[in-house]
Amino acid sequence: MSEDDDRQQSPPSDLEFVSNKARNCNATGSGSGNPEFQSAYPDQVLENVLHFLTSKRDRNAVSLVCKSWYRVEALTRSELFIGNCYAVSPARATARFARVRALHLKGKPRFADFNMMPSDWGAHFNPWALAMAKAYPWLEKVHLKRMSVTDDDLATLAELFLGFKELVLVCCDGFGTSGLAIFVNKCRQLKVLDLIESESSDDEADWISCFPEGESHLESLIFDCVECHINFEALERLVARSPSLKKLRLNRYVSIGQLYRLMVRAPQLTHLGTGSFSSSEIAGQGDQEPDYVNAFAACKTLVCLSGFREIILDYLPAIYPVCANLTSLNFSYANITAEQLKPIISKCHKLQVFWVLDSICDEGLQAVAATCKELRELRVFPVDAREDSDGPVSEVGLQAISEGCRKLQSILYFCQQMTNAAVITMSKNCPDLVVFRLCIMGRHRADHVTGEPMDDGFGAIVMNCKKLTRLAVSGLLTDKVFDYIGRHGKLVRTLSVAFAGDSDMGLKYVLEGCPQLQKFEIRDSPFGDAALRSGLHHYYNMRFLWMSSCRLTRRGCQEIARAMPRLVVEVIRSADEEEVDDAVEILYMYRSLEGPRTDAPKFVTIS
Amino acid sequence: MANVLGAEHDLNFKETELCLGLPGGAGGNEVDNSPKNTGKRGFSETVDLKLNLQAKETGMDLNKNLENGSREKPVSAKDPAKPPAKAQVVGWPPVRSYRKNVMANNKSSGEESEKASSAAFVKVSMDGAPYLRKVDLKMYKSYQELSDALAKMFSSFTMGNYGSQGMIDFMNESKLMDLLNSSDYVPTYEDKDGDWMLVGDVPWQMFVDSCKRLRIMKGSEAIGLAPRAMEKCKSRG
Repeated sequence: MSEDDDRQQSPPSDLEFVSNKARNCNATGSGSGNPEFQSAYPDQVLENVLHFLTSKRDRNAVSLVCKSWYRVEALTRSELFIGNCYAVSPARATARFARVRALHLKGKPRFADFNMMPSDWGAHFNPWALAMAKAYPWLEKVHLKRMSVTDDDLATLAELFLGFKELVLVCCDGFGTSGLAIFVNKCRQLKVLDLIESESSDDEADWISCFPEGESHLESLIFDCVECHINFEALERLVARSPSLKKLRLNRYVSIGQLYRLMVRAPQLTHLGTGSFSSSEIAGQGDQEPDYVNAFAACKTLVCLSGFREIILDYLPAIYPVCANLTSLNFSYANITAEQLKPIISKCHKLQVFWVLDSICDEGLQAVAATCKELRELRVFPVDAREDSDGPVSEVGLQAISEGCRKLQSILYFCQQMTNAAVITMSKNCPDLVVFRLCIMGRHRADHVTGEPMDDGFGAIVMNCKKLTRLAVSGLLTDKVFDYIGRHGKLVRTLSVAFAGDSDMGLKYVLEGCPQLQKFEIRDSPFGDAALRSGLHHYYNMRFLWMSSCRLTRRGCQEIARAMPRLVVEVIRSADEEEVDDAVEILYMYRSLEGPRTDAPKFVTIS
Repeated sequence: MANVLGAEHDLNFKETELCLGLPGGAGGNEVDNSPKNTGKRGFSETVDLKLNLQAKETGMDLNKNLENGSREKPVSAKDPAKPPAKAQVVGWPPVRSYRKNVMANNKSSGEESEKASSAAFVKVSMDGAPYLRKVDLKMYKSYQELSDALAKMFSSFTMGNYGSQGMIDFMNESKLMDLLNSSDYVPTYEDKDGDWMLVGDVPWQMFVDSCKRLRIMKGSEAIGLAPRAMEKCKSRG
């Protein structure tokens, strides 16, 4: 259920040129024409040892030790992670790594999720699919985030990879139910099909019926984002013949009555997405409603619950039997009040992950704080995502959470107003925070009690939360907050800035102060070309920099491009606009071994 | 999809009067809500609403500016008129369209939102096109706007001449026949009663409330609908 989850810290696998020094350890000074250093043990020994290394960070470090380690590591790496699909070409990746079984690929930058980038920008999976088919016919797993995947690509995966087992698509688009139909039909070994927050077009293909007959190997089937009717009878039969099924997340076209029938067939589920949690007809007076409580009670291993897309509150008590075991609960599509939440949350003592709407108000958050002592991750989404709507949650809720949930590691909090005091309190009460994302929806909104900018609150976060790696700031902010971040945010890898800062100094503080910074997205802030120059020493260490509606000019961007040949500097304008002036609407720049990409659409100019 | 919690809208003819007004009167969802399942996020539509930003409290101006570090108010060539300070901005707050769409589809339990934050998604199919699309009828204020949007989605399709009000004159049979014969494709819709009607027979708001599904069919096929449509129109009085 996590939306963003990468742990890359050391130089990534895609940059071969970063550390040539380390690789030439065999070249000693004596004599000319040095023979290759003979290591004391055969490669096979190293191979056996390296098999135990799975973390990409460790493997990247290993590959930099010397040439023979680089070679053996390349032979043994089975899971390939590429954080920016344009940083390295499929050809280069397949040339280096010989035995990849799993591919994890990310495409568009995160701001594309918010309509800030024209569609058709790129991040096509197709060239990767074709390259993998040639190089790794034994490929088993593909995990894509923010990529464009077509029906043809899905067909390729199913037809050209005979042992294909696992497909996870997060925030992807470009495919439809026809593609899904072909995919599930031809993928005979399929264990996992997870479609998460992806956009699929409804071609009215009955893809659920296309799973092959006979016992299925399915362990996980997640399709809550697929916006089309499904053939329920076929789904029921599928669940009945999938004894290994542990994770099932239904879309909103599945009614509660249908959910019941599925749960009865699959009491072994650990993760359940309930679909609509409402009925298509209103039950009459004498009608027998299924015993929903019993169905939930039978699911003894259920730990993760989500869905509730069109919830009818009368049915909510049905989940009481599983609350005590839940470690993860996602109510973020259920518009419920504090009163409706309390009877549920008061039973959820083991809860670690909780996603919810702000409809529960500060009072609901207080109830969470009172019970959920094990809470690690909290996300509070707005029912009404506009700047000037009512703010049902505020600093009161944030403070309550900080006092009750001391083990908190990750928070995403949308609100209309906030105070520095509450944020400072959280920074002291929750020292384990790794991710702090506060979105004060009103732009430039100051501390509503003191009238001060929100600098000190965020400053306290970077000072007191020593493990912080991801930060998103909002509200009225001056250059001071960036000074704090530059001074104290030494572990920050991902930073998101909007409507903040006074001058170029803000950006400079961060670029000069944060050595671990990898992903930096900025919008509507007054940073110009001079500020951009201050990051030249660091851009090769970053995955990307996004700056939109700032004060950049084309000349400034071109300067950067000239100074850094391995950086791809994309200037993106809205599809309709002509190239009128020197001002840059969107800058998206990233390191790459390949130079300017060949699939850029017309509205992208690469300096 | 029938929603148990849905409420009927009263027909308010005053509200269905065509008049000039700014789009997006219903609020922020308009900006980021693009028709689902087109694969396109309607960026070109939303960019027009990307207006000059005026900071409310500090007077800080965030307009793009060719002079670095300058804090004067520049004149933007694109938008000389300053919008109201509460204008919604593209991509803000940063909530994914998917989530916004879901919230728009859900009606809060037992409560009718007074803003038109619930969308009216209908499927649009076009004879001969391999894929369906979905449009949110509440995004448009008139038949003309809908027509433009459909034309963009199905580029070979244009609505015929619908007269000044954007409605078909059903009383005039020969005019109607001319229209159907002159168009390659004609939009039709399935209404609440399950009947297939020609688009344009009722005032816009009435159409939005009763349209369940759209189908763009060949003019020659649609001719079969015309007599029925005229009947219904007459019976409404």
